[in-house]
Amino acid sequence: MRKDRTGISQDDDRSPPADLRGAESSNKTRNCCGVGSVSGSTGPISMEFQAPCPDQVLENVLENVLQFLSSRRDRNAASLVCKSWWRVEALTRSDLYIGNCYSVSPRRAMSRFSRVQSVSIKGRPRFADFNLMPIDWGAHFTPWVTAMASAYPWLEKVYLKRMSVTDDDLALLAESFPSFKELVIVCCDGFSTSGLAIVASDCRQLKVLDLIESEVTDDDVDWIACFPESGATCLESLIFDCVECSINFDALESLVVRSPSLKKLRLNCNVSIGQLCRLIVRAPQLTHLGTGSYSSPDDAVPGEHASDLQSALSACKSLVCLSGFKEMLPDYLPAIYPVCANLTSLNFSYANIHSDQIISVIFHCHNLQVLWVLDSIRDEGLQAVASTCKDLRELRVFPLDARGDNEGPVSDVGLQAISEGCRKLRSILYFCQHMTNAAVIAMSRNCPDLEVFRLCIIALHSPDHVTGKPMDEGFGAIVMNCKKLTRLAVSGLLTDRAFGYIGKYGKLLRTLSVAFAGDSDMGLKYVLEGCPRLQKLEIRDSPFGDAALHSGLHHYYNMRFLWMSSCRLSPKGCQEIVRALPRLVVEVIKHDVAVCPDDTVDILYMYRSLEGPRDDAPKVVTILQ
Amino acid sequence: MEVSRKMANMLGTDRDLNFKETELCLGLPGGGGSEPETTKATGKRGFSETVDLKLNLQSKEDSMKNASKANNQLLPCTKDPAKPPAKAQVVGWPPVRSCRKNIMMAQKNTSEEGKKVNGSAALVKVCMDGAPYLRKVDLKMYKSYQELSDALAKMFSSFTMGNYGAQGMIDFMNESKLMDLLNSSEYVPTYEDKDGDWMLVGDVPWEMFVESCKRLRIMKGSEAIGLAPRAMEKCKNRS
Repeated sequence: MRKDRTGISQDDDRSPPADLRGAESSNKTRNCCGVGSVSGSTGPISMEFQAPCPDQVLENVLENVLQFLSSRRDRNAASLVCKSWWRVEALTRSDLYIGNCYSVSPRRAMSRFSRVQSVSIKGRPRFADFNLMPIDWGAHFTPWVTAMASAYPWLEKVYLKRMSVTDDDLALLAESFPSFKELVIVCCDGFSTSGLAIVASDCRQLKVLDLIESEVTDDDVDWIACFPESGATCLESLIFDCVECSINFDALESLVVRSPSLKKLRLNCNVSIGQLCRLIVRAPQLTHLGTGSYSSPDDAVPGEHASDLQSALSACKSLVCLSGFKEMLPDYLPAIYPVCANLTSLNFSYANIHSDQIISVIFHCHNLQVLWVLDSIRDEGLQAVASTCKDLRELRVFPLDARGDNEGPVSDVGLQAISEGCRKLRSILYFCQHMTNAAVIAMSRNCPDLEVFRLCIIALHSPDHVTGKPMDEGFGAIVMNCKKLTRLAVSGLLTDRAFGYIGKYGKLLRTLSVAFAGDSDMGLKYVLEGCPRLQKLEIRDSPFGDAALHSGLHHYYNMRFLWMSSCRLSPKGCQEIVRALPRLVVEVIKHDVAVCPDDTVDILYMYRSLEGPRDDAPKVVTILQ
Repeated sequence: MEVSRKMANMLGTDRDLNFKETELCLGLPGGGGSEPETTKATGKRGFSETVDLKLNLQSKEDSMKNASKANNQLLPCTKDPAKPPAKAQVVGWPPVRSCRKNIMMAQKNTSEEGKKVNGSAALVKVCMDGAPYLRKVDLKMYKSYQELSDALAKMFSSFTMGNYGAQGMIDFMNESKLMDLLNSSEYVPTYEDKDGDWMLVGDVPWEMFVESCKRLRIMKGSEAIGLAPRAMEKCKNRS
């Protein structure tokens, strides 16, 4: 941007303070308030040095100060102060975060923020992960990468969540950004190993290639071998545990050897224990390790690699995070004991291990802060966790048998134990068949630091299995006692009363997830009227109708999105929302090829947007206008 | 209606089941399973009713609505009436991503047999021409083409069993019947095998199919006609 020195008041003849002289020379447009910009210089004033007017000084100072502002919420607030702050904030923002890819167009975002080095974009809503959205619903990365290719030539980082990414997108990315360093892809789909190959070979500065819970088509392309073959790489993190393709192990080993900065390595399940050993030996500096299959199909004697593995692991003095174990052989479990004491994060959520097995591991894990497990460890396993892991901050217990035919290996007993042992708990995700209010109330009292409470009682409409009452009081206690709660997921038998509690006490709540709950419109009304910070609301199979939808009109512009599926909404009710709130995009999506009566809405997905209806929606999506 | 009536007939007569026993409903196992006290106010069918699949004959609209509204994937009916009935499944419930869903199969194979079998679940995508939603099935959850057909019929309500004959699958032995099917506008299931070739489902023994199937696609018979030569060859080879 060119410097505009004209329009400077004739009176200001002083030289600026020394520390601001440097700022003078950077290329920025300066406009002094109160003096219009006049083209051409004025005669009598010496143009050797123009003293800046006070507002320009302020902008310089602002720029130097705002550079340090990293929180985007703070930046958003700063940008609202006045035009000058808005301008400077836009110039100094280097991380662009787009929470909903349809809320703003690439062009608009890029014309406001011109100096971005890192872009994060989120697309589909979370319920899309569970097959509740049509396959080609949208959230395409293409328009974004195309626009960024010209707007941000110095782009270094891209983070994508729930987007559709193509191989062409990856190719364009690799070609357009010579300084590109970090690619993190979470819950995305649409690309293949061919796309990975292009990134590997063309992004010469690549430090981070993290593929997390994404669907990558196996094109039989040996992408690991596509990393530059000679010289050291910059790689610090290589995560590909979700990529189901065969791996050229020699290429991988050679890559690890050439990557002295590699700290995070998460392998897919096509790496055996023997191979794992060889890799670890080459990279003892690892801090995060995903073990792949943790299996050894060709063992002549079961566990024959165990001591090799154990010594290789012992050499990893910096290891703090362990995951993988996708086809774990129990014989090899003891090999990790030596590293357990240093672990802060352990992910066993793919390993069907029993309580005795987890007990022997957990016994060593005094410093654990994050634990992901399957419910195969049972209540006994959770009790062991509770007695050892006093520092636990985050716990996730996933169901081994998602169909839920069983009585449930984990229950209120496990939850109670955790609440008593892990007082510092901040985040919990707990799947179970049944629960009691007492255990949930106990957790609300014992764990005051809870920010995320997600309880998924798999058996639908399941009441407290001891008292037979709804689960209202339990969730009520959570919102009442956990003053820091920002994210809540409810389940089980719930009446409107539960939502009354949420509306009354959930003042910091940002994300709420509701399934098969509530009695009437009042439930949703309580929430929409009571929770001023609500950003993301996802509801399925609950009896909320048009009147309830209407009660949130005052708030929808403050939200990122509202999802309601299999509720009691009518097209007419949704249409009224459009009429009342023109800046809302209201999508009505048909669920499958079914014959459904026209007077109900299968899926409502609505979000604020500066751009109006999108033009890439598939046929099953109707955008109301 | 076609689907559920045929299902009901086949199951009722072939397996001699007591419908009451296999009645699927919500509620605690062993208990009375009473519905929640508060009644749903409007006339619209509440969720519990859609999931409460009674294998009775229903009016066409109701059954279509049930099948599609809840998008149930019925587990194969238990053969033993003494066992509690399998719970009906609902799309997207519990909210667990598909990458997590098949650990039980993988681990079971590994531990039971002592050495590694190809334990990773046979998760394949299923699409049907014209349907906007992709499904995924784990082929290892089924023991035969019949079970797979039943599951597909549940997932895609337009996919009826048509002229498939007694086994519920394409009869490769009967050339003329095969040609009729492929000339019709009935839907036929096809799959992509390990070599990238598209074949008609049912041409190889079940276990071999599970090993080699990468993806499923349900297409109109007339479109599948291009696959016929291969299928015809197999017919001829057998007879």
